[in-house]
Amino acid sequence: MPLPSEFSALEPYLAWDLATEPERYAKRLASTMDEMQEFYDAAFPLLEDAITFCDKFPLDDLSEEARTVMHLMQSLVMVSFPVEVWKQPRVPDSGAAYLDVIVEPVV
Amino acid sequence: MPHYKKPDAGSWTQHYPELGTAPVDYTDSIDPAYYEKEREAVFKRSWLHVGRVERLPRTGSYFTKELPVLNTSLIIVNSGDGKIRAFHNVCRHRGNKLVWNDFPGEETEGSCRQFICKYHAWRYDLTGKLTFVQQEGEFFDLDKADYGLKEVPCDVWEGFIFINLNPQQTLAEYLGDFAKGLEGYPFGEMTEVYSYKAEIGANWKLFIDAFAEFYHAPILHQKQAVKAEAEKLIGFGFEALHYELKSPHSMVSSWGGMSPPKDLNMVKPIERVLRSGLFGPWDRPAIDGLDPLPAALNPAGHRAWGQDSFEFFPNMTLLIWAPGWYLTYLYWPTAVDKHIFEANLYFVPPKNARERLAQELAAVTFKEYALQDANTLEATQTMLATRTVSEFPLCDQEILLRALHKEVGDRVKEYSDASAV
Ligand code: FES
Ligand SMILES: [Fe+2]
Repeated sequence: MPLPSEFSALEPYLAWDLATEPERYAKRLASTMDEMQEFYDAAFPLLEDAITFCDKFPLDDLSEEARTVMHLMQSLVMVSFPVEVWKQPRVPDSGAAYLDVIVEPVV
Repeated sequence: MPHYKKPDAGSWTQHYPELGTAPVDYTDSIDPAYYEKEREAVFKRSWLHVGRVERLPRTGSYFTKELPVLNTSLIIVNSGDGKIRAFHNVCRHRGNKLVWNDFPGEETEGSCRQFICKYHAWRYDLTGKLTFVQQEGEFFDLDKADYGLKEVPCDVWEGFIFINLNPQQTLAEYLGDFAKGLEGYPFGEMTEVYSYKAEIGANWKLFIDAFAEFYHAPILHQKQAVKAEAEKLIGFGFEALHYELKSPHSMVSSWGGMSPPKDLNMVKPIERVLRSGLFGPWDRPAIDGLDPLPAALNPAGHRAWGQDSFEFFPNMTLLIWAPGWYLTYLYWPTAVDKHIFEANLYFVPPKNARERLAQELAAVTFKEYALQDANTLEATQTMLATRTVSEFPLCDQEILLRALHKEVGDRVKEYSDASAV
């Protein structure tokens, strides 16, 4: 799905257009820090605009474009811990521990 | 000097003299024989929370619950007569598991008009009555009235469904004053759910221990705060605003200065934009019931109140956050050194993308913390199992752990004494 022009900086990161947490979490674990940093640097400055854009629609009736923007911002939230805090994709010292999402609201 | 006032006895722990102050023996978390007694003395006769009523919106809505600790699987169903019922998930004909999909060991949910066994098509209505037997004439003196599903006592408090194989009290009596003091909290408005599950390689009590004290928080979770803030937090350490025991349940009330923080520089960039974090979205949802709060919340009446965490014995944590959302943790033992951990986060449904992303950040943050909490446990279990050390000193901020191990121990002892006679 092409993005509205104000979000064209996000075009290279459409692989993060993921609807569910398990997909976003898996992509986080499969990404390098450089990849996530790049995505973060492109997406973070657009977060406010993205919210403004999506809030033109009712949350349960987003346009296709707005859904994509929402998913990208959910992915931004997903990479925010590795980028802002951990400096690595995994939670430090979390070893083999996992915690699967089994129910979630999907946009 | 404590920052928050302690009871006149000098400490929270001494305020409850039956707890003592001696080191606590953690053999209770590694001994398989003790675990077997826990199953009988605790789990098979306590009210256990299995889900919220919102999961059963209509007549015929059901879900199954696998409960290895009780050695059973249950069907929980909205039976349409104003009741939620629980049944052992076993067909009365020849014992087939009645409700399952694809994999008999996996939980399932759905909606139906009746339960039909996959094996020979016996049918049961939603109240458990056997209504149809295939080739009934082939049986000998079969009275369908004698072959209804085996029902398990099931009751609901404030939308929380509980079951009990062998109740010694009604649910309301069992949950007691904490529950009474929480009534009226708008749990029913908080229907936006995030659920998580993991198998944890540790005794069930060890994860409750990890969530029932925040003494670890400034240390284990230090990297989650911005650096200057983390150093300050370690300097202060953790002190609760208030602890309270109402045997067998307990609670801890804590400070919540991060929602919103006094100074935005205390928090991470994404939190500043989304106005959310571990404590949840900073802006409270516009619903009734949050002000004033029910009497059991913020018992110290503190301005900086952030959250109350209730331990409903034996295996339910109910944590209510000041900004207007709550979560539950359930710890389902599967062996002495293993359990299934379940977490459920409940928010008021978001009205727009801004609120939705604020909740997303809270949910993501919860998982980052929980993974740190979870990972210490397997290591602890392994080292406890070496039996190199079995007695451990617990501090005043670990009073709920002391209470939990004692409650379990008392019940196990009473049960052993009774069965020894
Ligand atoms: S085992 Fe259920 S009908 Fe035979
Ligand atoms: Fe923790």
